[in-house]
This record gives sequence, structure tokens and C-alpha cells, in this order.
Amino acid sequence: MTWTEACAAADIGEEDVVRFDHEGRVFAIYRSPESEYFATDGICTHEHALLPDGLVMDDIIECPKHNGRFNYKTGVARGAPVCVNLKTYPVKVVDGKVMIEIG
Amino acid sequence: MAAAGMVIIGGGECGMRAALALREAGYAGPVTLAGAEKHLPYERPPLSKEAMLAEGEPTAKTIATAERLAAAGIRTIIGNAAERIDRDARAVALSDRASLLYDKLLIATGAQSRHLPLAGPPGERIAYLRTFDEALHIRSALHAGAHVLIIGGGFIGLEIAASARTRGADVTVIEALPRILSRVVPEEIAAVVDRRHRSEGVVVHCGVGVARIEEDGRGVAVTLSDGHHLAADFLVVGIGAVPVVDIADAAGLHVANGVVVDEHLRTSDPDIYAAGDCCTFPLAIYGGRRVRLESWRNAQDQGTLAARNMAGADEAISSLPWFWSDQYDLTLQIAGLPDEGKHTVRRLLGDDAFILFHLADDGRLVAASGIGHGTAVAKDIRLAEMLIGRRACPDPVSLEAPAFKLKSLLAA
Repeated sequence: MTWTEACAAADIGEEDVVRFDHEGRVFAIYRSPESEYFATDGICTHEHALLPDGLVMDDIIECPKHNGRFNYKTGVARGAPVCVNLKTYPVKVVDGKVMIEIG
Repeated sequence: MAAAGMVIIGGGECGMRAALALREAGYAGPVTLAGAEKHLPYERPPLSKEAMLAEGEPTAKTIATAERLAAAGIRTIIGNAAERIDRDARAVALSDRASLLYDKLLIATGAQSRHLPLAGPPGERIAYLRTFDEALHIRSALHAGAHVLIIGGGFIGLEIAASARTRGADVTVIEALPRILSRVVPEEIAAVVDRRHRSEGVVVHCGVGVARIEEDGRGVAVTLSDGHHLAADFLVVGIGAVPVVDIADAAGLHVANGVVVDEHLRTSDPDIYAAGDCCTFPLAIYGGRRVRLESWRNAQDQGTLAARNMAGADEAISSLPWFWSDQYDLTLQIAGLPDEGKHTVRRLLGDDAFILFHLADDGRLVAASGIGHGTAVAKDIRLAEMLIGRRACPDPVSLEAPAFKLKSLLAA
């Protein structure tokens, strides 16, 4: 288990998401309305679509392609057409940097 | 007496979503879905795209697996279409003569390809696209160097054109109207799509009809209305769809370009609902304007709403029309109906992406349409959809400014 620096905490607006690419994989890094940080896989479990292009509302990320919804804090799929949960990753903020633990 | 339960006729997106939504709404009685196709209900959007581009033999993308349906207690009858509704007996007769009794019935029969009489029936070298089996047939013709002719410059025709071109086929698109995508897509966005196809090497002829089509074992010969002759290896006809309403019509339900339903998706019989491509319904957001939509999202939203109302809710349609199309690496998305707008405001999102906001005379946002690479326009289109739903009158100056966050308008 290693912690990887994803971005600066200030790079993400409140209730928003940014894309982080690492070793050929795409991750989505979120900042909740309460300014907590979270991370999930960046590709929707339904079809190939980039979740960081989607809309964050409260604790939900909505896929930009077909509007599948996930709770980005837990990864749980929350609405058609998605039925497979999203993988989540531990996050910590150190010295203003968002670190994620990629297994 | 035990409940007869809920019966859904039509095994597409709408019917399947309705069956699942009945359970999500807490309905515990029998749920039966009957569809004409021999596949479990599957997603149709990939048929013109991923299924055509897949390296190996594609598989249908099932909406819910047999295991999930069994676990939810949804009886799914495939390859056995509903043929007749007996409203007095509250029964549906299937093509194998089985009979299903219902307490509430949902008609989700969808639409079928509009046929071009000149083309005759589908054959070895002439195809339409609606089903997975038809997609496999078309896919088998998309070789490098093959000449594929497509009649119809709508979403289906153009998505197939993009897939065929990507697979190396020579592609010609014939559109009878003066431009492609004239039904719901604003001209400025259609122009981006048109340029892209031409730059990929697709030949696009607009404003010309088809006078004659001849198929033989070696190819298809087409004569255009201006006298030009075209020879192709394969012809795809994509000239729209017509609602499947025979069964509703024969049952004496009110039908007018689709099964007529109210804002709760009820037909003229209070125990029968209709939803998705097969129905015409009022859109409250546009003053009750009656529309029939052929869209994936509409099929989902209405299937879900019909199920909730069948299970006892009393909810009116609140979702908006929403369309998308993927061609090459371009995606266009439309929320609302752009023809409701009188003024247009343009928001540039980088070099290759933009959104048009369509405003009514009173400044109300009534639709938004955008195009760009991948999902570049998705977030703002989604926010626009919410603003349209709220009947917002956003400041055009804000809409035009890419740095202005549309999300902040939702808090207002």
C-alpha cells in the first residue's frame, strides 16, 4: 500500500471533482460540500465514461454520459442504468496535498 | 382472490425499467413482462456504436440478468409478443395463445423502424436497425473497402456512418431534407457533425431523394431523385421510427401518433398505462405541448414513473426530453426541445466544444444543446436541464461566460 499525491487540495472546488491519471488508470478525486475529500475509480461501471466530467451534487456523482449515479463516499450505485458499485480509495490531506492510497 | 398482478407488454428499455421499478416501489404481487424478441431486454444505444465497433463478436448488453430478474420475482416471457388486449376480461393474449390476467397493464411496445417502400423488405444487403440481430447483420457488412450506403441523416444513420467509417468502409449518406439532423438538432450543431463526417471521408448528399433501389446478389444499385446512380455493397435505411400501436388501437384505446396518455401516463382506460416510444404525452413545462419521444432516457423515466403510478402513486411527468448521440469522438447532448426557444445564447467551452442555450421571449431557459469531444459539454447540459426544470430565467451574460459556474444559479 502506498500513498500517491493526486493534486493540491485547493485544485478542487467545493462540491466538485477533478481527474487524476496514474500509471494508466483514471481516478476521480472529490471535495464534498463540507470540504472532505474522497476518491473513486474515474470510469463509470456502466460504459466507458469519464466520471470527472460529471456533476457532483451533495454526496452523489452523476455520470456525464448516461446519468448513472453513485455515492462517491461509499461507491454505492444509486440509480439506473448503473448497478455495479464504484471502487473507492482511502484519501488523506497532508500539507495541502490530496493523497490517495492505491492498492 | 389472489391478485392478477401487473403485466407489461414490450421487452425494451421502458418495459424492463418498469418491471424493476415496480419492485423498487414496494409492489409485492405478480409482475410479468412479455416481449417479442428472443433476447432478455437489452440496451439499444450500443447497437449503432459499440456493437458495430467491437473487435470480437458482440453480445447484447442485458439490462438485468436472468438471476437478477429471478431474485426480484419478475417473470420474463421472451419471443412471445402480446397480440390482443381483452379489456373486459383484463387479459392479454400472447402469440402462443397463452393468456395473462392483469390488474394494471403497461403498454411499452416501443417503436419500429419506419420502412421505405422503395427498399422492399430487409434482405441480405438491405437492413434497418432496431434490434440486436439487425445490428449483427449490419456489422457483418462493415469491411474495409466495402461501400455502405445509408439513407437517412438522423441519429441512427449518422451513428452507423461513423461506425462504418471507423471500420474502414466507404460510406455515403443520403438525406432528403436540406441538412442532416433537422428534426431536433439546431443547425449550428448539425453543421459540426456534418463537417466531421466529411473530414472523415464520408460522402454526404442532402436535399436529394431516392427514386429507385435494386438489389441483386452482388450489390445494391440506387438511383437518386436527381438522376445520379450509386452502387453499394450494402444499404442501411435509417429514416426514423413509428410507434407500435396496433394492439392499443385494436383494444379501442385512444391512439394518435402514439398511444395517448395523460400526465400520469394513463391511457383512456384507467387500468392501462403506456410509456416510452409508443406513447404521446403532454409536457407541462411547455404548456402541455403533446409530444412523442424516441429516446433512451425517456423510456427509462417513463417506465419508472408508470410503474410507480401503477403501484399506487399519483405522480405527474416531470422529466425533460434528453437526447444524446456519439459519433467518432464527438458527443452531442440536448436537454429540452430547442424549437421552444426564440433566442440563442452561445457558451464556448474551449476550441471544440460549445453549448447553445435556447431562451423563450420572456427570458426563460427552455432548452440547451451542446457538442464537443467526449463528455466535455455534459456537466453544463445537466445543469441547464435542472434550470429548465425550475423555469429559470438566467442572465444571458452569465450563460455566455465560460468562467461563470452555472451551478451557482441553482442556489439562487
